[in-house]
Amino acid sequence: MSELQTPPVPRRNMELLLLLLALFVSLAAYYLVGLNTDVGFDQDFLVQGGILAGLALMVHVSLRIWAKYADPVILPSVVALNGIGLAMIHRIDISKGSTVAFRQLLWTGVAIVVAIVVLWAIRDHRTLGKFTYIALLVSVVLLLLPMVPGLGHEVYGARIWIKIGSMTFQPGEIAKITLAIFFAGYLSSNRDLILMAGRKIGPLQLPRARDLAPMIVAWLVSIGVLVMQRDLGSSILLFGLFLVIIYVATGRISWIVIGMVFVTVGGIFAYQTMAHVTRRIDGWLNAFDPNVYYAKYGSAQIVEGLFGLANGGLLGTGLGNGRPGDVPLANSDMIIASLGEELGLIGLSAIVLLYVILVSRGLRAALGARDTFGKLLATGLSFTLALQCFVVIGGVTRLIPLTGLTTPFMAAGGSSLLANWIIVALLLMISHNARRPIAVNPSATGEVATAAPGKNRLRKGAKA
Amino acid sequence: MNQAIRNTWMAVMLMFLLALGALSYVQFFAAGDLNDNALNRRPLYKEFDLPRGAILADGKPIAESVPTTEGQFDYQRVYNDPELYAHLTGFYSLTFGSRQLESAMNKELTGQSDDQWLDRIKNLFSGQATQGASVETTIDPRLQKVAYDLIPNGVQGTIIVSEPKTGNILAMVSKPSYDTNLMAVQSSKRANENMNKLLDVPGLNINVNPAVGHLIPPGSTFKIFDIVAGLESGKYNADTVMKNPARIKLPGSTATLGNFYGGNCAAKTEATLAWIVANSCNTPFVSMSQDLGAEAFRKVTTNFGFGQQLNIPVKVTPSVFPAELTGSQLAQSVIGQFDVKVTPLQMNMAAMGIANGGVIMEPNLVKQVMAPDLRVLSTTKPKVLGTATSPEIAAQVTDLMRGPVQYGTARSAAIPGLDIAAKTGTSQIGNTDLVNSWITGFAPADDPQVAVTIVMEKIDFKTGSSLTSPNLKKILEAVFNQ
Repeated sequence: MSELQTPPVPRRNMELLLLLLALFVSLAAYYLVGLNTDVGFDQDFLVQGGILAGLALMVHVSLRIWAKYADPVILPSVVALNGIGLAMIHRIDISKGSTVAFRQLLWTGVAIVVAIVVLWAIRDHRTLGKFTYIALLVSVVLLLLPMVPGLGHEVYGARIWIKIGSMTFQPGEIAKITLAIFFAGYLSSNRDLILMAGRKIGPLQLPRARDLAPMIVAWLVSIGVLVMQRDLGSSILLFGLFLVIIYVATGRISWIVIGMVFVTVGGIFAYQTMAHVTRRIDGWLNAFDPNVYYAKYGSAQIVEGLFGLANGGLLGTGLGNGRPGDVPLANSDMIIASLGEELGLIGLSAIVLLYVILVSRGLRAALGARDTFGKLLATGLSFTLALQCFVVIGGVTRLIPLTGLTTPFMAAGGSSLLANWIIVALLLMISHNARRPIAVNPSATGEVATAAPGKNRLRKGAKA
Repeated sequence: MNQAIRNTWMAVMLMFLLALGALSYVQFFAAGDLNDNALNRRPLYKEFDLPRGAILADGKPIAESVPTTEGQFDYQRVYNDPELYAHLTGFYSLTFGSRQLESAMNKELTGQSDDQWLDRIKNLFSGQATQGASVETTIDPRLQKVAYDLIPNGVQGTIIVSEPKTGNILAMVSKPSYDTNLMAVQSSKRANENMNKLLDVPGLNINVNPAVGHLIPPGSTFKIFDIVAGLESGKYNADTVMKNPARIKLPGSTATLGNFYGGNCAAKTEATLAWIVANSCNTPFVSMSQDLGAEAFRKVTTNFGFGQQLNIPVKVTPSVFPAELTGSQLAQSVIGQFDVKVTPLQMNMAAMGIANGGVIMEPNLVKQVMAPDLRVLSTTKPKVLGTATSPEIAAQVTDLMRGPVQYGTARSAAIPGLDIAAKTGTSQIGNTDLVNSWITGFAPADDPQVAVTIVMEKIDFKTGSSLTSPNLKKILEAVFNQ
């Protein structure tokens, strides 16, 4: 069991190479859209392509300065996803006559700049551990913002936006990160107490109530707020985040079992008491029933998405040659269906594999992190990305009921883009701390007994 | 803790595998079913972006797809002379689907027929769009136009001209007609407006081609089947003398049935079968029905195609001879009333069968299907639909059908020098003064080239008769004086 398989070399040149590949893929996608929709090689292409490339290279340079041992695969994967997403949104714009792509590019810029600021300002993720309770406070404020009269803004029955002027923002997206910081910070500092104290009932080792109470209360409040705001997707996401962090912290599978029981009970309760949940489940189970299909808020969205995916088939119609615009919310909630239609199963699988790489790299950073806080935070954030992908793809393919969650980095929506780029910055930071040579920063050693990379390198060397 | 992170990774991989599995299921395994789903409009949209084949009459397109930059699709379906061909071509509409030949020949027109599989493979590799094949109809545009103009505007009528030796249909027109272009508009809002306008036209149903879809009582044209039944029984021939009372009591009932008041039947109380057919007297056939029984008539009508679902290639509504009949109902049935109902095409098939020595050729509207490069993909060969009766009996029936034209009810169809066989009919509509006026026949009787069927629906008797026999004459003049 080697803890550190990557030798501590910066690998920034490798990153640059992969980044150029990612940019090439993104721009090629953008260009194909223009080619197939007779818009052609216009000035927008150069400007927007140039902006994306410039922003991506800015992150790359920042990493060279502040986190040169960061994982070299994370950034290119994210840029490729963001770039392909931009191309797809641009493509939907063409069919609908909308101008969402420009706004998305603007938000990409904002998100990347914020990510760079995060890298510059924080440097070492352990700094965040000091802000455990501030993170909790910020989370609660962010979650409550949409409930403030005059500020909150309701869309499709969900009150999860705030509106300032003509700008809307989903503070809950950021709250996921601050909550992850709180969970990770609280559990890393109280881990021993939780593990040691407490009673054993049957196979379950229960912690003392007072050790875990702040966690559970914070988590219940968050979920409660999201339920009141009718944000089903974020509730699920938060639930997953909570479970995975507590599981990794305690190493006890029983938490997952308890969590699943809660999900089942909560799900049944929600189905029976909340009209919008009932509608979603019915639309999922009886999607092809014409009565459900034609009903208001019926299954038309999911069924049209399935038709789009089927139209794409194995090879796809080609970018610009399908009819993704026929699906409601084609550039946001249903962007997976849009991509599936025009890129086919093969193209979409490639995109899913990019997520697999990204999430695996995030978890790799968690594995390599030398501190509990870093491990928990990286795991929580990576898992959040994976869960989002699963809930979105599962929803679009009718594997599970459809919930309004965004596809990370691809779906139109500024808040999600910003939040996910911050997550990337944090993962890059944690991976840098995990991968940098111990000798460079002696203060990083000794914190966690399990992370003794020097020993492992020795063992590896001995084998070779 | 690291083990827990590894386990988390495994859980994450499981989630991604599930997601990929679900995508593979939807995009690969279930894709075919989803594409065929009735709610799915994408295949239709796809069709509208491809060059659909033309429908041709004598080489000229009566329906074609022309490139367009307006609207959301690359092609616009255009109908030339739409009213003349409306009931034949039907329409191809984004909002209302397709009808008639547009529907029946959809596979060929979209290039999806079995004959075009090689082209589709080639296109797959060359990246070219699949072009639809063209459908050449059997219609003779000149005859189609003559027939169409013979039905006055405001009258509900149908005329069919066919070739008894091949079954090919040369003309098939009905009025009221409509502009099929109204249904081909791309905007569903405008399509709906147009549809509402067409729904207001009396006697028009854009879903039905009356020639193959209207079921009407045949009246005395049904006597063609009576004659066949009588001759086949061996008990009757042209010279058989039968009683011809003015009225006859219906069996098992106190009601009576009379000869038609306007005809010559009152002149004779006893007459030969030939004279009775020529003047279309009713009462002798009531006696014949009691003599032969229902089964004899059922057998003959079945032999002539009643109850059979045909695709020519458009669907033909099966004609009906009722299953259970009392004596009184049988008596009304054999003069083409009660619940006996036929399509105009069924009566045309009766004429074709007699004309062709008892053998009915399958009626057909499509001559051939041609690839975009004009290569003939398939040609419709004349097919025997069935043997309705023997050549001997067909010859005798032909002889009997000369009577109406020579000295009976169809005298106004006579053309000097042309040997015509025909049978008229008038079916009453409930207790109204309106009737359905029929004539079906063929010429020349000794070497039939064409069979013609005319029916004018819901019309007063006088106007009806002025539009049947005289129009038969005009059509035959158009056919033989060309």
